[in-house]
Amino acid sequence: MSTVLTLLAVYFLYLVVPPLVKWAFIDADWTGTSRQDCTGGGACWVFITVRFNQFIYGFYPAGQQWRVNLAVILLAVMLVTLYFKRVSLKFQVVTVIALTYSLIVYILLVGGVLGLVPVDTSLWGGLMLTLIIAGTGIAVSLPIGILLALGRRSEMPVVRALCVAFIEIWRGVPLITVLFMGSVMLPLFLPEGMNFNKLLRALIGIVLFQSAYMAEVVRGGLQGIPRGQYEAADALGLGYWKSMRLIVLPQALKLVIPGIVNTFIALLKDTSLVLIIGLLDLLAIVQAAFTDPDWLGYAVEGYVFAGFVFWLFCFSISQYSRYLERRLSVGR
Amino acid sequence: MEDRIGKKVVIDMRGINKWFGSLHVLNDINLLVRAGERIVICGPSGSGKSTLIRCINRLEEHQQGRIIVDGTELSDDLKNIEQVRREVGMVFQQFNLFPHLTVLENCVLAPLWVRKLSRKDAEETAMQYLERVHISEQAKKYPAQLSGGQQQRVAIARSLCMHPKIMLFDEPTSALDPEMIKEVLDVMIELAEDGMTMLCVTHEMGFARKVADRIMFMDGGRIIEESNPRDFFENPRSERTKMFLSRILSSEKLC
Ligand SMILES: Nc1ncnc2c1ncn2[C@@H]1O[C@H](COP(=O)(O)OP(=O)(O)OP(=O)(O)O)[C@@H](O)[C@H]1O
Ligand SMILES: [Mg+2]
Repeated sequence: MSTVLTLLAVYFLYLVVPPLVKWAFIDADWTGTSRQDCTGGGACWVFITVRFNQFIYGFYPAGQQWRVNLAVILLAVMLVTLYFKRVSLKFQVVTVIALTYSLIVYILLVGGVLGLVPVDTSLWGGLMLTLIIAGTGIAVSLPIGILLALGRRSEMPVVRALCVAFIEIWRGVPLITVLFMGSVMLPLFLPEGMNFNKLLRALIGIVLFQSAYMAEVVRGGLQGIPRGQYEAADALGLGYWKSMRLIVLPQALKLVIPGIVNTFIALLKDTSLVLIIGLLDLLAIVQAAFTDPDWLGYAVEGYVFAGFVFWLFCFSISQYSRYLERRLSVGR
Repeated sequence: MEDRIGKKVVIDMRGINKWFGSLHVLNDINLLVRAGERIVICGPSGSGKSTLIRCINRLEEHQQGRIIVDGTELSDDLKNIEQVRREVGMVFQQFNLFPHLTVLENCVLAPLWVRKLSRKDAEETAMQYLERVHISEQAKKYPAQLSGGQQQRVAIARSLCMHPKIMLFDEPTSALDPEMIKEVLDVMIELAEDGMTMLCVTHEMGFARKVADRIMFMDGGRIIEESNPRDFFENPRSERTKMFLSRILSSEKLC
């Protein structure tokens, strides 16, 4: 039976892989400046190379793109330092690093201070926008989710009821609805003239939605901590917040790293939904590019490229999380 | 408050009643403990021993009566509860060490965050107590890397680092393999000899005979019998105590 399946699988691969390789590599065009250079009969990656800058930065002004690059370099430096220096991942350290980094990135990208030219968020787009939305979404929803999870297990009935209501409401609504409400309905309720940023509205929607999911992930971890841990912390006189912070959460969060990463990966892919409210994330900008008359007919290349970039990021994240899990499993 | 004998009363429980739902787990408990006293509590499973000592540091809430620990009355007031918990150490049957922290970190945690000692002072104190329970060479290890007996000694050291006035032990040797029981009991005996006020729930009758000033026998949520070790073992008054003793002493001889 298993030999038959293996043979079938091999045959299937034989049918699919060679034409795919031929299309994507052998017959593909790599260099050029316009569709006139698409002559090979295979994929025309010229479409991607010509529009590459836009796919990455959206309409962020060319002269200012170094600011985006700098933000990425900072992040890389940080991750590499964490990797090699083996800095202990203490609560305070992580919080301070995350807050400082967010502030720096905010100043860099938005500008308007320190001699940086302001860049309106309507010009942001492409991969950069995708990563900003996903990154902000996860970074803000994690702490909110933790508080909600703690609230849901609180002994105070009012707090508990509020947290349960919040979580269940946001979990029960599709993200696309949340985004629509944020962009279409919210302005109806706001006073005339008060028109706040479209990106900010999308971010708020995503964060609220995401924190409900995060809360449930974290709650799973909290349930995995034996009662004895709470009792030992109580008996030492640590008090609620200290015992949560020093004893319970470090253990609970470690338990749910896979869950958190899963949520993050799901969010990264879900960011493409923002295209329905007119934000040009990676997928949206690729779609916009192949509906441009110059490049009509190159949708497949566009989707393959967008898919590949998403895959690359999601895969790296899941690898990083596996490393993190291994590293944190000392002493267990 | 001074007692007749002149030693300070550190635990004063009066008319304590407690229910779990309809189950009456503590039934009119009265208990006075003076500074330096060593008390052993025994009794059959489910008789309320754990619940009794857990009321002393408010891991359980009593529903009737008053509990005054070192001059502080236990009530809903969080300040009082925290005050009491600072002065009362507790050792659990399952050790309950923090698995994500090293032995040393387990010990410095509360002094650092509750007593607000400097890290240097906290670590010095911790090493001192780890030495006292004969385990200082394991300070950098994680709890999971230690044997049960070693873990329990660490748990004792962790409590002692807070310089408690009272130590509560809830069956500290029941989860241990027989060959490790002695190392833990030895540490407890040393502690008793140093004058620590101790309340121990235990079925180690050898230990009780050796260190207890008073032995209390509980059954059905009541303190049935309370006397010094000699009377307790040689002429117990109640039938239930006799039965309990004959069962537990015969099983001890088998070991
Ligand atoms: N949180 C709780 N909720 C409901 N019932 C409880 C709870 N804790 C204990 N009980 C019950 O209260 C009674 C007394 O429990 P307790 O743990 O004090 O007994 P114990 O004397 O320590 O017994 P053991 O020797 O088995 O430890 C038992 O019948 C137990 O089932
Ligand atoms: Mg018990």
